[in-house]
Amino acid sequence: MTGLGRVVRSGIRRRRVQTVVIGLVSAAAVTASVLGAGLLVASRSPFDAGFTAQHGAHLSVVADPQLVTQAQLIASKTASGVTDAAGPYPVLTLSFTSTGTGAGAPGPEPAADGGPLRLPPLTIVGRSGPGGAVDRVEVVEGRWPTRPDEIVVAVGVIRIPPGVRLQAPGGQTLTVVGTARSMSATASAWVLPSALDALTMPGATRGYQMLYRFAAAGTGAEVDAGRAAVEATLPPGAVTGARSWLDVRQQAVEDSAVFVPFLVAFAVLGLVMAVLIVGTVIAGAVGAATRRIGVLKALGATPAGVVRAFVAQALVPSAVGAMVGTVAGNLLALPVLAETEQLYGSANTTIAWWVSLVVPGGILAVVAVTAWAASLRAARLRTVDALTVGRGADRTGGRSAALARAAGRLTARMPMSRPVGLGAARPFTRPVRAAAILLSIAAGTASVTFALGLGGSLIRIQTAVEQNTADVVIEIRPDEAPPGGGTGTHRPDPADVLATIAAQEGTRAAYGLAQAPAAVAGLTDPVSINAFTGDPTWDGFTMVSGRWFTGPGEAVAGEAFLRATGARVGDTVTVQADGTPVRLRIAGEVFDTGTAVFTGADTIAAALPLLRPHEYRIALTDGTDPGGYAKRLTTALQPQGLTAYPNQTPVDPLLVVVQGLTATLTLLLVAVAALGVFNMLVLDLRERVHELAVQKALGMTPRQTIAMVVASVTGVGLVGGLIGVPVGVAVQHLVLPAMAAGGGLHLPDSFVDVYGPATLVPLTLGGLVIALLGALLPAGWAARTRTAVALRTE
Amino acid sequence: MTDPVIELHGVSRRYGDGPPALHDVSLTVAVGEALAVLGPSGSGKSTLLNLLAGLDRPSEGTVKVAGTRVDTLSEAASARFRRAHVGLVFQFFNLLDDLTVLDNVLLPAQLAGARGGAARQRAEQLLDTLGIARHAAAYPGRLSGGERQRVAVARALVNRPALLLADEPTGALDRAAGEDVWRLLTELHATGQTIVLVTHDEQLARAYATRTIRLTDGHLTTDTAGPVGVARNATGATAGVPR
Repeated sequence: MTGLGRVVRSGIRRRRVQTVVIGLVSAAAVTASVLGAGLLVASRSPFDAGFTAQHGAHLSVVADPQLVTQAQLIASKTASGVTDAAGPYPVLTLSFTSTGTGAGAPGPEPAADGGPLRLPPLTIVGRSGPGGAVDRVEVVEGRWPTRPDEIVVAVGVIRIPPGVRLQAPGGQTLTVVGTARSMSATASAWVLPSALDALTMPGATRGYQMLYRFAAAGTGAEVDAGRAAVEATLPPGAVTGARSWLDVRQQAVEDSAVFVPFLVAFAVLGLVMAVLIVGTVIAGAVGAATRRIGVLKALGATPAGVVRAFVAQALVPSAVGAMVGTVAGNLLALPVLAETEQLYGSANTTIAWWVSLVVPGGILAVVAVTAWAASLRAARLRTVDALTVGRGADRTGGRSAALARAAGRLTARMPMSRPVGLGAARPFTRPVRAAAILLSIAAGTASVTFALGLGGSLIRIQTAVEQNTADVVIEIRPDEAPPGGGTGTHRPDPADVLATIAAQEGTRAAYGLAQAPAAVAGLTDPVSINAFTGDPTWDGFTMVSGRWFTGPGEAVAGEAFLRATGARVGDTVTVQADGTPVRLRIAGEVFDTGTAVFTGADTIAAALPLLRPHEYRIALTDGTDPGGYAKRLTTALQPQGLTAYPNQTPVDPLLVVVQGLTATLTLLLVAVAALGVFNMLVLDLRERVHELAVQKALGMTPRQTIAMVVASVTGVGLVGGLIGVPVGVAVQHLVLPAMAAGGGLHLPDSFVDVYGPATLVPLTLGGLVIALLGALLPAGWAARTRTAVALRTE
Repeated sequence: MTDPVIELHGVSRRYGDGPPALHDVSLTVAVGEALAVLGPSGSGKSTLLNLLAGLDRPSEGTVKVAGTRVDTLSEAASARFRRAHVGLVFQFFNLLDDLTVLDNVLLPAQLAGARGGAARQRAEQLLDTLGIARHAAAYPGRLSGGERQRVAVARALVNRPALLLADEPTGALDRAAGEDVWRLLTELHATGQTIVLVTHDEQLARAYATRTIRLTDGHLTTDTAGPVGVARNATGATAGVPR
C-alpha cells in the first residue's frame, strides 16, 4: 500500500465518528433522493408508462357493422403505418339501472321520477379476456367475466364495486365481478362477446371496435394520418367514431396533475437539501483536516497526492452509505409507489432502474467534488500555514476574529452563566461552520413547515371536495320499500322529514339533497343538478368568489362548470332538466371539482316536480353522540320508514398517499438536517478538545460543558427556525396554487392560509429541536473528554 | 501542627500493559512548601501533577489534597474541587485566545459561580499585583510569553486555592522570562502559598524550591528537603531568601 493509501486507511479508521457520520449522511441523502427522484420520474410520465405497459391503443375506432364486415376490419390491420391491431370487438352503448346490494353504492344519477338509480350510458365492449395485441386491460379488483351474466366495469368516474347488480333495459341482470383499467379508455365496461348479443335489444345499434397502434403517433397530425390510412382500407362511412390516445392522455394528465406539482416540489426540495447537507458535511470534514494535510506536505506529499487521498477518504464511507441508501430508497418506494398507482392510474410499482444508478452516482459526485475543492484549498496553503491552523496561533487580526471577540465580550456581560455565555459566543468564532449548521437547520425547518402546511391545506381541500361533514346521514337506498310494503323507491315528503329532524334534541342544522342530470347546450356530457331543501352552507361548501344563492332562480357552480359553459359569476345559464329549460343565475363560484351546479329545490320544482331528496345530512350540537342520536332519529322517522346512520366519510385514499409521502420525506429530511448539525459539532469539538480540557481543568463540570455545547447551537437553532419557517410558508404558498391550477381549480385563500400563531410558534421552535437533536451526543462526548489526555494535545 | 496539603500513599498509575508511569509513590507536602518535581522526560512528573489535580485517577493507592480524597471524586465533584482548591499553571499557558486577559483570569471564578463584582475586583487586584494590569483589555495573542504566564498565574490564583500546581511553567519561555516567573512563584510562596511545580531545570529548582523530589521511571528516587530556598538574582549570584 502506498504511504498515502495508509494515510487514507488510518484516517478512515481513526476518525470513526467522522466516517460513520459521512456514511449516515450519504445514506440518508441517497434514500431521500432516490425516493424523491423516483417520484419525480413517475410524476413526469405516469400515463405514458402505464400506456406503454398496456400496449395501449393509439386510435380506437367504432365501425358500423352494416357497412363493413369483420373480415374487412381484420384486413385493415395491414394499413400503412399500423404496427399492431386488435379486434373487431362488438360494442354497444347501454344505460343500466342499479338494483343495489353489494358493498357500497354506485355514484347515483337517479331518474328524474325518483325511480331506481339509473347510471349514465356505458360503452360496453365484448371481449373474452383482458389481454390482446393492443390495450392489455389490467384487472385491478375482482376478475374478468366468465359467464354471460357477469360484467367488469372500468375504473373511472363512477365507482361500481363488485357485487352490485345492474339491470339492462331489456331486463337482463348482470353482476359486477370486477373493476379494470384501460389506459386507452376503450370501454366503460366489458362483458363476454356472447353476453353482448343478449344485451342488444331490437332496433339497438351495435358496432365493431377496432384498436390500432401506429409507428408514428406522437402528434395529433400523426394520429390523424394513421386514421386516414385505416379508413382508406375500409368502405366509405364505415367508421362512425374514433378516439385518439392523445385526448385520453390529456384528460389523464389533468386528473393526476393536482398532486404532481406537490410531488415535484417535495422531490426537488429533498434533492437540494440532500446535496447541500452532504456538501457541507464533506467540506467541514476535509476542512478540519487542514493541519493533517500540512503535516503530509511537510513530510513530502505532493498537493495532488494529498487531494487524491482526501477525496478517497471521503468517498469510501460515502460509497458504503450510498449503497445502503439506494437499497433503502427502493424498499421505501415499494409501498409508496404502490399507492401512487391509484394516483397516476399507472402500473409503476418500482423505481426506474436508472434512478438507482444516477442518484447515488450524483451524490458521490457531490462528495468527490466537495472533497476535491476543500482539500485542494488546504493543499494549496503554504505548508507552514496549514501546520498552524487551529493551534492557538495568534488570531489578533481579521474581521472574523474581531466579531468573535465582540461576541465574547458581549456574552461575558450578559446575565447568564459563564459556560452558557461561552457557548453562545461560539458561532461567531467559527462563522462559516455556524452558517453550515444554520443552513441545515433552516432547510429542515422549511421542510417540516411546508409539509404541515400542505397537509393542512389538503385536509381543507378534501373537506370541500367531499362536501360532507355531516355527523349523521339518512340515505334512501334504491331498494328501500315504502313503509307498509309496495314497490318503487320510497321518497317521503322532505318537509316532514326535516321537521322531524329539527324536533330532535341535538340537531344543529340539516338539509336534504336531491340530484338530477341535466343537459347544457354545447356540452356533450350531462351535468348534475344538486338541489337542496334547507340550508347546506355549513357542510363544507367554500366560496371562491361571489356568494351562495339566496333565492329561487339562483345557483352556484364550480370552476369546471363555469369553464365548460363559458359562464362567469353574474351570468345566467340555461340547463335542460328532463327536457324542461331551467334558467339559473350564477350567484357565485363554489369550490368544486366536478361539473355540478348547486341550487335550491324550489328553483327546479317546476321542471322536476317529483324530485325529492335521496339523502339528508345533519349536523349535531357539541357533545351529542352521533350513534345515540341516530337511533333516536330512526325511531322518530319510523312513520316515514327512514333510517339514520352516523356519518363515516372515508378518507380519500389519494390524500392518505400524499400525507404518507409528506411524512416520509419530511422525516428523512429532518434526519439529514440533524446529522448535518451533529457532524459540524463533532468537527468543532474535535478541534477544541484541548480548549475543552483546559476549561475542565479550570473547574468546568460535565454539566457545564454540556450547557456550553448546547448553548453554542441554541441561538443558531432559533435563527434557523426563524429563517426556515417563512421559507416553508412561501414554498407552500407557491406550490399549492400551482397544484390547483394544474387541476384547473382556483383555491380560496382560506385553503392556502392554514398557518396561524398556534402553528408558527412551535414550527419556529422546531429549528431549536433539530439543533438539539444534533447536539445531544456531541455534548455528552465533550463532557466525557479525558482531561489529562486532552491536555497533552497541542 | 496543620494537616498536610498533599498526602499520597502507595500511588501507582498504569496505562495499558507497559511499565507504570508512576510506581508506588508515597509523598506528603506540608502547607507552605514549595516542592519542585524533577526528572527526565517520561519519568512521570506530569502524571503526578495530573493525579494531584484530580485530572486523572491512580491505578493503586490514595491521593488526598487539602483533606479530600481526590482519587474517589466523580468528574463533576473533581471539577468543583479543582476550582475551589487547586490552581493550575501550564507550560504552554493554555489561555483562551478569544477572551481578554481579564476574562481569562475571571473564568475559574465565574465557573464557581462567584458574583461579578467581587470576582472582578479580585481579578483586577491580581493583575495589578503581577504587574500586568495595563493588559487587562488585551487579548493573549498580543502578550509576550512571560506576560502570558503571569496571566496564567493570576487565573490560577483567582479562587485563592490551597494548592498551586505548575507544569513546566518556564518550559516555553526564554531564560530571562523563565527566571522572572520563578521569582514570581517565589514571591507567592513567601506569602504562604503551597506550590508544587514540575520542571526539568535542576538549577532553577534548587535555586527557588524549598524541597525537591526526583522521579525516575515512575519511581520516587530522591527527596531532598533543605532549610532554605536559594534564589538567583539578575547577576547570577545567589542569595538566601528566608522561608
